Amino acid sequence: MSDAILRVSGLHKAFGAVRATEDVSLDLRPGEIHAIIGPNGAGKSTLIAQICGTLRPDAGQVLLTGRDVTGLGAPQRAALGLGRTFQVSQLAMEDSAFENVLLGAVGASGRPWRVWGAAARDAGLVARAEAALARVGLSDVAAMRTSALSHGQRRLLEVAVALTLDPRAFVMDEPMAGLGAEGSARLTAFLAELKREAPILLVEHDMDAVFALADRISVLVYGRVIATGTVAEIRASAAVRDAYLGHDA
Amino acid sequence: MSAILIAEQVLNGLQFGVMLFLMAAGLTLIFGVMGLINLAHGSLYMVGAFAAAAVAGATGSFVLGLGAALAAAAAAGVLIEMLVIRRLYRAAHLDQVLATFALILIFSEGTRWVFGSFPLYLDIPAALSGPVSLPGGILYPAYRLALIAAGLAVAAGLWWLTARTRVGIQIRAGADDREMIAALGVDIRRLYTLVFALGAALAGLAGALVGAIQSVQVGMGEPVLILAFVVIVIGGIGSIKGAFIGALLVGLTDTLGGIFLPELFKLFMAPDTATQAGSALASMAIYILMSAVLIWRPTGLYGARPA
Amino acid sequence: MIEERWIGWAMLAGLVALPLWAMAAGEPFTITLVTRAVILALAAAGLNIALGIGGLVSLGHAVFFGIGGYAMGILAHHAQSYTAMNLIGLEVPGTKLMPVIWLVAVTVSAVVAWVIGKLTLRTSGVYFIMATLAFGQMFYYFAISWSAYGGEDGLPIYVRNSFPGLNTLVPIQFFALCLALLCAALFITARLRAAPFGLALNAARQSPERARAVGLDPARLRLAAFVLSGAITGLAGALFADLNRFVSPTMFSWQLSGELIVLVIIGGVGRLYGPVVGACLFVALEHWLGGLTDYWHVALGAILLGIVLFARGGLIGLLTGKEGAHV
Repeated sequence: MSDAILRVSGLHKAFGAVRATEDVSLDLRPGEIHAIIGPNGAGKSTLIAQICGTLRPDAGQVLLTGRDVTGLGAPQRAALGLGRTFQVSQLAMEDSAFENVLLGAVGASGRPWRVWGAAARDAGLVARAEAALARVGLSDVAAMRTSALSHGQRRLLEVAVALTLDPRAFVMDEPMAGLGAEGSARLTAFLAELKREAPILLVEHDMDAVFALADRISVLVYGRVIATGTVAEIRASAAVRDAYLGHDA
Repeated sequence: MSAILIAEQVLNGLQFGVMLFLMAAGLTLIFGVMGLINLAHGSLYMVGAFAAAAVAGATGSFVLGLGAALAAAAAAGVLIEMLVIRRLYRAAHLDQVLATFALILIFSEGTRWVFGSFPLYLDIPAALSGPVSLPGGILYPAYRLALIAAGLAVAAGLWWLTARTRVGIQIRAGADDREMIAALGVDIRRLYTLVFALGAALAGLAGALVGAIQSVQVGMGEPVLILAFVVIVIGGIGSIKGAFIGALLVGLTDTLGGIFLPELFKLFMAPDTATQAGSALASMAIYILMSAVLIWRPTGLYGARPA
Repeated sequence: MIEERWIGWAMLAGLVALPLWAMAAGEPFTITLVTRAVILALAAAGLNIALGIGGLVSLGHAVFFGIGGYAMGILAHHAQSYTAMNLIGLEVPGTKLMPVIWLVAVTVSAVVAWVIGKLTLRTSGVYFIMATLAFGQMFYYFAISWSAYGGEDGLPIYVRNSFPGLNTLVPIQFFALCLALLCAALFITARLRAAPFGLALNAARQSPERARAVGLDPARLRLAAFVLSGAITGLAGALFADLNRFVSPTMFSWQLSGELIVLVIIGGVGRLYGPVVGACLFVALEHWLGGLTDYWHVALGAILLGIVLFARGGLIGLLTGKEGAHV
């Protein structure tokens, strides 16, 4: 347990009377995919926001590679090795796909203050950006304007930008959303490989993908983790069936 | 410095404040409901003042002048809402700034074309032209007292409108959730036009009321508009209550600062320098107040705070 | 359709050719007019860094224009009256040397931009617009009440300031100086935009969340852009005051802040040469329409409405057939 890359303990967050996150504790260990599932409104996005540093918890701790990052903002957590993708693509839509990964490379370099040499002529930045694009298979559309990419290509570009950071841990918010069966299967295969480099905290609605990928699953209902376990344990859990799976199935 | 002078200045500050409130309330409603920043709000203030001065000058009736101000400003508001503003609700702030800046140019030059470059004057109605004696031996101009009363009455009316009426519920719902209000079967376009006309009429009213104690001229609206922006930054966007508190704070700070800062500086400076430094600082007082609010509470005293 | 680069080069070529022709034809007023366009283009080029790349709708850039103007006015005033300035007990003489004046204008503008930016960048969107507009008004009223330097009447400077090796009293030489500074500002903008800083700033405008997620802090990027932007506009203010040999509180006015945004937009926001195209168009309109009618602002307003409602990419957008600036 002590070697967890990412650990969340006793996290609380309330909006007025609504308890969006209530005493959530979970961890992410090397080499695993830890999926978080739960019905709509369970507080998944709120939890992700607190882990990534865009929302400050009322109480509790977030530890990244053993270091307390609860008081740090999103940029510092990214610099410390947290790579994330968004539920709704957050990309520079006017820029090309290549410029988006180049941005990731600039962020990873920790030197965004250079005002002179062109970023696109910096061999180190370009190599890092091109490698990330190639890994998700987007090299062919590198020069295309992001707004002209298909939805699925944008989802992959999100992942590519996170790759440029060489993060210690990934947090992915519904990367399969809107991908379609084929795209979903391809990304599933890719993530199954990726987790060996850095573990992935995965929020996902696509149950097929979750059951295929996850080493462990946590079930979030009304801001609380009602169960954590392996795929088999979660499938077998009566509590989970009652609270969640029963409604959908 | 006597207690009477202080009381007078407090009343002056209140009067200034409630007039700023009439401007700020319209701006903040329009922003809160439609998400629009309207630089041309000062032009509607000017339209009200000119309409009042022209009609009161022709008929000799201040009341008719006021009516004309409300009607002209509301009509101008409806006109620009239907022709221009309506296309900007979903546009970027930059587009809103530019289009409403263009409207200022058109309104200002158009007014100069119709009325010429010389200021007009609007006479205070005879019934309110003298002073009133208040408790404590204060003699205060009746008209300014009437302005305070009118401003407070409008504030109360707005509170009643937004809190207690069907239209008010629609306005508040429209601010929170446009889809929901449309789903309820409310004609959202008409609601928007109505809110814009209401804001315009409030600006026109302020222009007419203030027009009687200042000269009515082209360009009179923008300094007031910018002060109303200061009010909104202090009070918070979309909040009528914030606009009210902010307006009174700005009105009192500006008026009292102009009087007391030079006096205060005289305590430890030569009178000449004190007057200079004091009035220079007084001219900045409300902006310093605004800076303090920006540091302490960037979304204003009553603005929605990001969760 | 025409490539943006060529429009820019053609524009600069025209800016060299027109004054040369005017000099040969003995029409010094035309040179003054073009110099005015070049200085306004420089001011707008400064704003373009904050507005075009950073997405900061600053409605208070006249602050920096005015500070540049007063930096020139105050220094030259003390030099021409042989009096010293009293800076907290320190006696400092004035100067008529442009390089020194420019340095002061740029430095003070940058410092003020840092303070205003620190305060206003705590907010965003329409709060930022309203707050920058308000700070502009603060400087306007301050300049009016500052009677030591002319108050409302402003401050005349009798002889244009000097630049080593040039005779700035000759219109074409002063023009060349202004054009050189404009070219330098455009060159800096172009390099900046392609550099990591420009890439990051541009991305932070489009998606602040994305910038944060790769470890970049949008607030710090924006503050840096605002400071640089204010410094360049401040330099333009010093030149503008030198062109008119006069500085007054109107350099701080909200109309001027609005007009600077207009310059950037009618040229094409975020485009390298947008401010140049915009300023030339603006000065031409002002000259021709203003000569035809006293009410030319009505026409300007109508043109502006037309651009906002129908031609989103500005003039360069119309010519290149591309709406967005970043392709």
